[in-house]
Amino acid sequence: MSDFYHQEQDTDRFRNRLLVASAGILLAFLLLFARFFYLQVLQHDYYKTRAESNRISLVPIVPNRGTIVDRDGVILARNYSAFTLEITPSKTLGLEETIDGLAEIVEIQLKDRRRFKRLLEESKTFESIPIRTRLSDEEVARFAANRYRFPGVEVKARLFRQYPEGALAAHAIGYISRINAKDKEAIEESGQEANYKGTDHIGKVGLEAHYEYELHGVAGYEQVEVDAGGRAVRVLSQTPPVPGNNLALTLDSGLQRVAEQAFGGRRGSLAAIDPRNGAILALVSSPAFDPNLFVDGIRFDDWDELNNNPDKPMLNRAIYSTHPPGSTFKPLMALAALTSGKRTPGQAIADPGYFNFGNRRFMDDKIGGHGMVDMYKSIVVSCNTYYYTLANDMGIDTIARFMGELGLGQKTGIDIPGEATGILPSPEWKQQRFKKKEQQKWYAGETISVGIGQGYNAYSTLHMAHALANIINYGKVFRPHLVHTISNPNTGETRTVEAEPIRQIAHKKEHVDLIKRAMHSVTREGTGARAFAGAAYESGGKTGTAQVYSLKGGRYVAGQVRERLRDHSWYIAFAPVDEPRIVVAVMVENGGFGAQSAAPIVRQVFDYYLTGRVPGGPALETEAPEDASDGPLLEDDLHEAD
Amino acid sequence: MRLIKRFLRGLVAHLDLPLLMIVLALMAVGLLTVFSATSSAGFDKLDKQLVNMAMAGVIMLLVARTPPQTLMRFAVPLYVTGLVLLLGVALFGVVVNGSRRWLSLGIVRIQPSEIMKIAMPLMLAWYFQKNEAMLQARHFIIASIILLLPIGFVLKQPDLGTSLLIGAAGFFVIFLAGLPWKVMFGLAAAAGAALPFAWSLMHDYQQRRVMTLIDPTSDPLGAGYHIIQSTIAIGSGGSFGKGYLGGSQTHLEFIPEKHTDFIFAVFSEEWGLLGNGILLVLFTLLIGRGLMIAAGAPTLFSRLLAGAITLVFFIYAFVNMGMVSGILPVVGVPLPFISYGGTALVTLMLGIGILMSIQTHRMLVKK
Repeated sequence: MSDFYHQEQDTDRFRNRLLVASAGILLAFLLLFARFFYLQVLQHDYYKTRAESNRISLVPIVPNRGTIVDRDGVILARNYSAFTLEITPSKTLGLEETIDGLAEIVEIQLKDRRRFKRLLEESKTFESIPIRTRLSDEEVARFAANRYRFPGVEVKARLFRQYPEGALAAHAIGYISRINAKDKEAIEESGQEANYKGTDHIGKVGLEAHYEYELHGVAGYEQVEVDAGGRAVRVLSQTPPVPGNNLALTLDSGLQRVAEQAFGGRRGSLAAIDPRNGAILALVSSPAFDPNLFVDGIRFDDWDELNNNPDKPMLNRAIYSTHPPGSTFKPLMALAALTSGKRTPGQAIADPGYFNFGNRRFMDDKIGGHGMVDMYKSIVVSCNTYYYTLANDMGIDTIARFMGELGLGQKTGIDIPGEATGILPSPEWKQQRFKKKEQQKWYAGETISVGIGQGYNAYSTLHMAHALANIINYGKVFRPHLVHTISNPNTGETRTVEAEPIRQIAHKKEHVDLIKRAMHSVTREGTGARAFAGAAYESGGKTGTAQVYSLKGGRYVAGQVRERLRDHSWYIAFAPVDEPRIVVAVMVENGGFGAQSAAPIVRQVFDYYLTGRVPGGPALETEAPEDASDGPLLEDDLHEAD
Repeated sequence: MRLIKRFLRGLVAHLDLPLLMIVLALMAVGLLTVFSATSSAGFDKLDKQLVNMAMAGVIMLLVARTPPQTLMRFAVPLYVTGLVLLLGVALFGVVVNGSRRWLSLGIVRIQPSEIMKIAMPLMLAWYFQKNEAMLQARHFIIASIILLLPIGFVLKQPDLGTSLLIGAAGFFVIFLAGLPWKVMFGLAAAAGAALPFAWSLMHDYQQRRVMTLIDPTSDPLGAGYHIIQSTIAIGSGGSFGKGYLGGSQTHLEFIPEKHTDFIFAVFSEEWGLLGNGILLVLFTLLIGRGLMIAAGAPTLFSRLLAGAITLVFFIYAFVNMGMVSGILPVVGVPLPFISYGGTALVTLMLGIGILMSIQTHRMLVKK
């Protein structure tokens, strides 16, 4: 009985314990259910997003870069598709081993390795870096068969930039190259980061750089479902990229070619502008380079060669190199004199062959002088003395104001980067330029040098072409530009780059006409007559010689100074005289007198542009005329001369 | 012929229909989910699991027709064998995935800790049954030693999940046998007090491991990755799930161990809160039926055994779902009847068989 009771008690206790356990179980399951409710109902949106972002990866699709064509549709920059072999360093088992292994399958030269090494230094290890570009079909197949051996190595189809005309207009067009850290910063600053996710090339110089955001286009996206290993399982949706806009240039590639060839490899630059609208017809910087070298990352030896070449082929001389314009400054000075009222056309001076100022004597290049010289004659014979006195009468401030209005000493606003401002000398400029007090003072003698385009004056050929165009145009100023239209290849929608004048300078027609007439005579009876003998059109021009080396107390004899110390040869011109369609400024470095090197180049350019004549070879240098009618300024100290 | 007939009738006679129905339902869910988790590799795993289930089912039938008195006779030999084998593992065990769990016997490899899951409650229930008339404090102490000895070995392997399950099985026997509340609270308080002291004795790396165990998100690429991905799977399933075979987390391989320990994430992603609710109900029914059997069991041995086995089922389910949903540390515990794997299934079905045996031999004892 007691045993039974004991058992009963035991069973009760056991059941009691079971009840406690059951309560615990129910509580635990309720807790679980609460957790599920929290995850699946309250936090569902959050986890749904997390699952989606796990699942879906956005793969950018790089848009096709816009093409660049000249005014007649000649292709200057386009794209083509090719296979590259790319390595993602962080995914390989060993970089050296991988490259050595690859070299057994596809040809990998030393220069490929060098380029890879250089790109590697610029990139992060998880980026895909090309070891070989432009694989042949056979090489692609051979790699595909061995692919399993090379983790982290992929064949990718990529669009490459090609410049079919090679070095033609290379400085104007520029080139694209791989995006570096600095480019990345610029992209981030302009808020284009997302758009450049898949892009690995960017315009570095020239139009490719200036119109980068037009040419690039808008990246598309592919929504790809990926598994936990990051492999794409399937494509869910696609937002197609918007291809970059195409550029049609104002540039005439025929003219450009003729102009480049006219230089014959000599150092110098040329800018040809249509004065009626500011359209740049040719922009030459000689020597040039092949932009195709840069596209896949320039090879070390190519870069070395370009960089260390004493002729500096990478320099865009047309917009960046500035030099004193020499006598090409005279027509501008003449107009300044007329406009400011300091001279009338008929007012003549007697030229004794020099101009005394204080205790200094400024020489004319013609011994004994030009006799009585009025404005017209001063341009035709390029009389220095006339401009010495004129500059002295006008004063530096009037000169600087007028030349500034013409566009000198400031950026012209051309649509490629890297333009120099040049130097328009003035007391203010000098004050800013120099630190020491004694150097900041403007001397009246300096005004006299400025008057004949020497001294501190420094302009690019673009500056001079732009200024001349503004004069020829009776003061109507257009921004010089290389791009004529920007068109969307999808919609065909085309924007024309401004043909409207940006400002008007107050020039009188009769003043401008006098200058034009005098410049016309330069080509018939003046310093340019020899270069333009027999031309089938009428043109106006002005020679100029920029002094490189000051000869103390002696006359400049071209053959007697080393080539690099010879003067720079300038020529500015327009044609035809009646209704000018082209304005040109040319400078040949160390080309000697203006008539000697620069004018013959312009002759070939005008011949081609106005008559279609293609020259047989470079514009040869003519011999220095016996009567060096366009010589440089020689400053003789009176004490020494005596 | 007659013999076979009798044998078959014997088998059917010892089935507990409600329990059978619940287990079959759970297994059906398991098969469906295993297929979803492994469908990318074809029917291979599904086929194997079917074989596992058939095998485990046969074992259940055989155990179900074995009277509890006979089972009781196995208690000591099974426990001792298990202990010897665990010792063998410690000395000659095969290391797999960094744990020394397996003993190689020529062609087959066995995991002795699995035997302990059944041997432990059997042994303790036997021990309490033997001393039923005069349970005293010392019996509880000896029971604790019986419990802790094999757990020490299993922890050493290390196998946290299995030691937890063995420990739970043994503890539940002791608990149901009437371990005084005072003692339990006292022990819990002592353990709580010792915790900071033990913590200070641990090395840095050990502390870190404990921390990741408690908070997996502190190691998002290592241990935390599993939990983060499985909670994403569960949460993204929403109220009604993404539909069968429609779970992106599952089918894009984001869920680790998706057909074994983390199979609940697969199920939950595809069936949502609704599916989870149904699953919880099924487990509640299973446990409820088990506790009913325990409550109606005639002897102390069968009561304790049935109760402990049933409570272990609960521990399995709760710990697994808790860890997959991120409220419990990750320990290797499968979801009963649903996770893929033969060994666990055999052990579970052995437990079901024991429950059925206890239920169907009730009257015989009373007679």
